[in-house]
Amino acid sequence: MKSGMQILVNGKAMQLPSEAMTVMALVEHMQLTGKRIAVERNGDIVPRSQFHAVQLQGNDKLEIVGAVGGG
Amino acid sequence: MSDALVIAGKSYESRLLVGTGKYKDFAETRAAIDASGTEIVTVAIRRTNIGQNANEPSLLDYLPPAEFTYLPNTAGCYSADDAIRTLRLARELLDDHRLVKLEVLGDPNTLYPNVTETIAAAKVLVKEGFEVMVYTSDDPIIARQLEEIGCVAVMPLASLIGSGMGILNPWNLQIIIESAKIPVLVDAGVGCASDAAIAMELGCAGVLMNTAIAAARDPVLMAGAMKKAVEAGRESFLAGRMAKKLYSASPSSPTTGMIG
Repeated sequence: MKSGMQILVNGKAMQLPSEAMTVMALVEHMQLTGKRIAVERNGDIVPRSQFHAVQLQGNDKLEIVGAVGGG
Repeated sequence: MSDALVIAGKSYESRLLVGTGKYKDFAETRAAIDASGTEIVTVAIRRTNIGQNANEPSLLDYLPPAEFTYLPNTAGCYSADDAIRTLRLARELLDDHRLVKLEVLGDPNTLYPNVTETIAAAKVLVKEGFEVMVYTSDDPIIARQLEEIGCVAVMPLASLIGSGMGILNPWNLQIIIESAKIPVLVDAGVGCASDAAIAMELGCAGVLMNTAIAAARDPVLMAGAMKKAVEAGRESFLAGRMAKKLYSASPSSPTTGMIG
């Protein structure tokens, strides 16, 4: 049995160690805990307050963004 | 004398809005922002780098959101959908922040705005409760339509983004300013301090710029120059200029009491 699953984060394929991961777990996995970020999953915003509750599925498409310099 | 810039019900002392891109480093960004006296800074929303330097400093460390009003933009978006998605993310990123800069581009070479996509995006964003400051062309009819949709400020270009070509069509800007009931800010094209002063003398409520400061030989010095130019231009506008005459038979010094 193959464990883990693949998702797409910011346009890049990412292999996750487990099939039972929340957005919160992904954020920790990516060492982004405490960073000011916003997450979109399959086109919908995932509010920060829901990171712990939203379960990732295989082939999910996530966008994780932050603020950078710009005009 | 209080002469505040009011946008979406909030007052600002400074009428200069400054972008945070293209600086040498974050320290220079901060120094230029401080010298400009701005209270509103634009930021872009971009994908976080994956797996790279989780602890490297970020723009927010240098410009804490508690000290400035952030104006997240949609720079680089070429469709209404992309702009809307970007600003929904910005709203979440900045804790239900609603004041945004909408810009939808139509061409990667000129960065000219796509006004039909801009209008489509503005309609959705206003409905969703965003306070939309909208970058657009200097077309007075489009500006009026954006106001009717419910944008909180209309921001026509003076010339193309990053061009530094100055104010190419003051007549159109004047028509927009005269008919708008919301603040009109010049966004894009300002190249030097006199350009900013001219924009303010036309009656603009403010000026938004980035490259004019960031690409100056000395960005911090230019930021200070822009602060003064915007203030001088505003005061000149409020003071009301003298009438232009080809010549005048009315010298400034008395015509009586001459010697001899």
